[in-house]
Amino acid sequence: MSAGFDTLLYKELLRFWKVAFQTVLAPVITALLYLLIFSHVLSSHVQVYPGVSYTQFLVPGLVMMSVLQNAFANSSSSLIQSKITGNIVFVLLPPLSYVEFFLAYLAAAIVRGVVVGLGVLLVTLWFAPLRVEHPLWVAVFALLSAGVLGGLGIIAGIWAEKFDQLAAFQNFLIMPLTFLSGVFYSIHSLPDFWHRVSQWNPVFYMIDGFRYGFFGAADVAPEKSLLVAGGCFMAISGLTLALLKRGYKLRR
Amino acid sequence: MSAALEVRGLVKRYPALTALQGVDLDVAPGEFFGLLGPNGAGKTTLISILAGLTRASAGRAAVMGFDVQGQYREARRRLGVVPQELVYDPFFTVRETLRIQSGYFGLKRNDDWLDEVMHHLDLLPQAGKNMRALSGGMKRRVLVAQALVHKPPVIILDEPTAGVDVSLRQTLWRFIQGLNRQGHTIVLTTHYLEEAEALCGRIAMLKNGRIVALDSTRNLLDRAHERCATLSLRGDVAGAGIAGLAPQGEGAWRFRFERYEELEALLARLRGARVAVEDLQLARADLEDVFTRIIASA
Ligand SMILES: Nc1ncnc2c1ncn2[C@@H]1O[C@H](COP(=O)(O)OP(=O)(O)OP(=O)(O)O)[C@@H](O)[C@H]1O
Ligand SMILES: [Mg+2]
Repeated sequence: MSAGFDTLLYKELLRFWKVAFQTVLAPVITALLYLLIFSHVLSSHVQVYPGVSYTQFLVPGLVMMSVLQNAFANSSSSLIQSKITGNIVFVLLPPLSYVEFFLAYLAAAIVRGVVVGLGVLLVTLWFAPLRVEHPLWVAVFALLSAGVLGGLGIIAGIWAEKFDQLAAFQNFLIMPLTFLSGVFYSIHSLPDFWHRVSQWNPVFYMIDGFRYGFFGAADVAPEKSLLVAGGCFMAISGLTLALLKRGYKLRR
Repeated sequence: MSAALEVRGLVKRYPALTALQGVDLDVAPGEFFGLLGPNGAGKTTLISILAGLTRASAGRAAVMGFDVQGQYREARRRLGVVPQELVYDPFFTVRETLRIQSGYFGLKRNDDWLDEVMHHLDLLPQAGKNMRALSGGMKRRVLVAQALVHKPPVIILDEPTAGVDVSLRQTLWRFIQGLNRQGHTIVLTTHYLEEAEALCGRIAMLKNGRIVALDSTRNLLDRAHERCATLSLRGDVAGAGIAGLAPQGEGAWRFRFERYEELEALLARLRGARVAVEDLQLARADLEDVFTRIIASA
């Protein structure tokens, strides 16, 4: 790894940290609003696991949703802004390899996702005290899932040529994947059709595995979730690296 | 010693047109080289390929002997490019921008050099300002500074003086000429031909993706065969009946010629006709005339 990689990572971190009000605080508040509204409306009706209140059940889902959305937002918005303003040349002119380019954007996306996730966790803990049965599983799922969405964000940021194309990617792919994934409910409570659809959603496994780390209980075996999340991470990383290596839409 | 820039059979095809149709070019280390051509000639495309921003459809290019594709790390470390478009990152101050750019090249403690560059470009008073808050000309200076953070032996400036005031032009050229004297190779594109004439030792003219002229600035200027003499004459010029003298009014006449013998013959005939020459001014074609002629006939 060359010294240029550190600087690109540092630049990407500084970029979101300088506007932490929008990039960290705002999503934490959004997640908190979800928690207040859903737990107020649903807490008396739903109990998923024995000994776990609905509010407690909801917290890991919201944390993971925030991790995913912010990891995606970080790499995709940084790249599209650089492309549209043209300052992407500043990272294309130096002797950075495509692997370094990938790792820097990916790592920054993971950091942003995890920082927001931690923020959401800290704030919501105040409303719903949680125990953490398997901290390692929590960490692994958080990092892997942030990595998957960070990679998707790189792909979207490279592919999109205008902001509305990026918005379409977000609205038609990322939002449905994260919302139809058991953030707010256990998929066992869904009608059969939607239950089966959810089982094809990789984000469901990321959230389910993440929840397992907290409660020691989940809808599917955590090993299976790990396999899905890990597989997705490899596939997305492989695809992103292949695109970057070809210079797809960046070095034409 | 390998060429600063070596370009062989470079072709760039876009779906709708071919921007470069087989360009060959060598620039020697230490040259001050001009790349001229009308809008759309392919200058920026050529520079983008050298910088690795665009990939060639055919042919190859090397910087200081390093292939821009196969040995891109070595090639890019030796090249500084000032892009034509006025781009900047609005998240950062001038100093942050330069430190980050320097870091991309692996140079982390580079503030002495960055200060020197900022000093030469009169940027020090702006160092702490956000890029967004700078005027266009100041942003242009930062772009120049960014290209120099790693002291590249080869520096390419793509229209660095577009929309820039006289004082910056002078500052910029003094600085760039200084770098050239220290051995840096400079490649310049500009639409201000007097700038190219004054600065560049050699010039390539590009049109429709082809090099249509490549020579020393001196030889190019000499190619403009036609010279022009303006004479102030006293006496009966019209009565002498000398061909080629065109009246300009108030005793002034213009004579166009290619070889100096023609001028000598004219003077001899004037003497013979007892016409006195009070003043004689010689003008030679400037680069603009040459450029216009070459581009029009290519
Ligand atoms: N990405 C692209 N896709 C399609 N055509 C392009 C692209 N980039 C440049 N061109 C075309 O290639 C040709 C050469 O463009 P280029 O920018 O190299 O010209 P130039 O000599 O730099 O002109 P100028 O003096 O206006 O800067 C132009 O016809 C331009 O429209
Ligand atoms: Mg151009």
